Amino acid sequence: MTSDIVIAGVGGQGVLSVAAIIARAARAEGLEVKQTEVHGMAQRGGAVQATLRISPQPIASELVPRHTAAMILGLEPVEALRYLEYLSPDGVLITAAEPVTNVTDYPPLAEVHAVVRRIGGHLVEAFRLAKECGSPRAANVVMVGAASVHLPLAVGSLEAAVTEAFIAKGERVVGINLAAFRAGRAILSPATP
Amino acid sequence: MLQISPPATSRLLLGDEAVALGAIDAGISAAYSYPGTPATEIMETLMGAAPDGVVAHWTANEKTAYEAALGVSMAGRRALVAMKHVGLNVAADPFMSSALVAIAGGLVVAVADDPGMHSSQNEQDSRFLADFARIVCLEPASSQEAYEMTREAFEVSERFGIPVLLRLVTRIAHSRSPVTTAPPRPTPPLDKADRPQDWILIPGNARRLWHGLVALQPELEAWAASSSHTMLTLSDDDRGLGVITAGIGRNHYLENGADLGYTPSHLHLGAYPVSAKLIRNLADHVEQLLVIEEGYPFVERRLAGVLPTRWDVLGRDSGTLPADGELTPDTVRAALGLPVRTGIDLTGMVLPGRPPQLCKGCPHEESFEALLAALAGIDQSVVMSDIGCYALGALPPYQAIESCVCMGASIGMAKGAADAGLRPSLAVIGDSTFLHSGITPLMDAVAHRTPITVLILDNGTVGMTGQQPTLLPGSSLEPLLAGLGIEPDHLHVIEITRQRVTELTALLRAEMDHPGPSVIVAVRECVEARKDRRQGTAS
Ligand code: SF4
Repeated sequence: MTSDIVIAGVGGQGVLSVAAIIARAARAEGLEVKQTEVHGMAQRGGAVQATLRISPQPIASELVPRHTAAMILGLEPVEALRYLEYLSPDGVLITAAEPVTNVTDYPPLAEVHAVVRRIGGHLVEAFRLAKECGSPRAANVVMVGAASVHLPLAVGSLEAAVTEAFIAKGERVVGINLAAFRAGRAILSPATP
Repeated sequence: MLQISPPATSRLLLGDEAVALGAIDAGISAAYSYPGTPATEIMETLMGAAPDGVVAHWTANEKTAYEAALGVSMAGRRALVAMKHVGLNVAADPFMSSALVAIAGGLVVAVADDPGMHSSQNEQDSRFLADFARIVCLEPASSQEAYEMTREAFEVSERFGIPVLLRLVTRIAHSRSPVTTAPPRPTPPLDKADRPQDWILIPGNARRLWHGLVALQPELEAWAASSSHTMLTLSDDDRGLGVITAGIGRNHYLENGADLGYTPSHLHLGAYPVSAKLIRNLADHVEQLLVIEEGYPFVERRLAGVLPTRWDVLGRDSGTLPADGELTPDTVRAALGLPVRTGIDLTGMVLPGRPPQLCKGCPHEESFEALLAALAGIDQSVVMSDIGCYALGALPPYQAIESCVCMGASIGMAKGAADAGLRPSLAVIGDSTFLHSGITPLMDAVAHRTPITVLILDNGTVGMTGQQPTLLPGSSLEPLLAGLGIEPDHLHVIEITRQRVTELTALLRAEMDHPGPSVIVAVRECVEARKDRRQGTAS
């Protein structure tokens, strides 16, 4: 079974890093991976999207077919909803709750959140949590943590991938990002009885 | 000479990265490119990964890149030249004629098409250009194939003495999939081609060489048919439908194939020229042919002419697949007659678009403000523009430009508009685009004293493709422009800041009235480039 993930956000939010971290973890587990990303003109503060396909078997298409994705992972709620048509009826939508309102006709946030809830999606206050962990820049890793609950990957592989992704920036940055990962994961983890 | 390489492990690579590694492992001596999405990462990877002694650098434009690579080939060594699809138009002159010369060292031109126009002004299909030049084209459908085909392309180029075009599309160039590399091949020694008559395309030689290239075609076609990238599987499951896929089309087909419930006969094409023999073999076996290819209906048109045949040929031309835009697993699914999937839809909410924008603090902001202020109150004017971040000046809040066609077109079009009587006629162009293709049209304007005002936005970088350095420093622009013949009184360099918007406005106003060509260079570094530079010096 291919597990497809559509990652959506705004240029500069770290969409590609999210894809790279999850892909790295999947590869470490010996899974097949195909990842698409957006470069160039599309990045300048505009909508950015990456897709990730993970499977124990070889993967055919680079692109995710409509209505088949296991997950839509948003770093911004409107961007998450933009790709709703890719979500499988039994897939899950998880998105950062905080908006990026660099457009004039941004709908009322309460309405955006209501739509996310109506379709059974999860809202995560990623930027608040990231700040609490030491850096708002780690909001994308909070979202990797939130996603981890529903990903077909071991927590250990994901934490190792987070560590590897930031190791060059020093121990402090790794610490912040691991904390961010765990904070995101805690939000979506089912409460222990 | 046997080289021992570290044990093979696969890495997750972009198609572009795989091409770069393939070229290095093929033993190139040089690589040239001009930045352009989705091909940029080929050179970026080469610059980071090429061993000492291998030349890998950006050039003024794709034509100069191609010509340099041609020189490497004449010296008997291997060269890669990389560009986006429209770059091949710029390089078309050397490209077309290089098919005639006796290529010595392997010459591979990696061209990344952009179907769906994610970051381009058209979606032209480079397979037509390979066919136009009558050379071999290889079309990878994964990063692994991109690596292998790049290596193989050099062999093919040397074997047949022709350049080879490696055609990528955005979703191969910019998709990551695992790549296992093979031991590198040593760099061939200097070995200058010793038959100048095979490199001097004066008519007598050119006729002989062209004749030879035309005569070579059956051999090229036979090679393509026997290539490991061409696969014909005849199936007795169902004798109705035969599927022809090319490049990435195969991936979208296989994505859906399992749902068909039977296995159609299938011909996959990864190497061109198209093998007529294999197509006939497939056609003899089936009633109907569906061609799934990314880009234009290139293969489909080889099959379906104007005359009726016994076969239905289905594809983009027939309307079975969309005639334009990028193929998707869903459009291919529909073409295969499979039921459309349904799911959750967004009802009751219209999402705002989120087009790209100039970065906060982008120097172009002040230039556009000055431009709008200078034109305020003028009845009729024209502002031609060009390829770069500043094309975003077409969108709100500025809506300051009126054209964006191809590299350097702003100046030539401004000249033409002025010749037609449209005044004031302005051109807005970036420093790198100016060096790429803006100098020659400005020469025209100088030679004919055409009243145009050129605003060069010198941000010191190729911004849109990820801040590659401009070929020459900004300081070289003023002497260059003076040397071209722009009069000193009508050549201005201004460090553009918020405080100097009125000054730039006044300059523009004054120069718009000048009855000859004038140039204003507005200088300020791109904020992204500055960030990169600071990070670079910090670490
Ligand atoms: S990349 Fe540079 S030139 Fe392009 S919009 Fe950003 S600041 Fe402006």
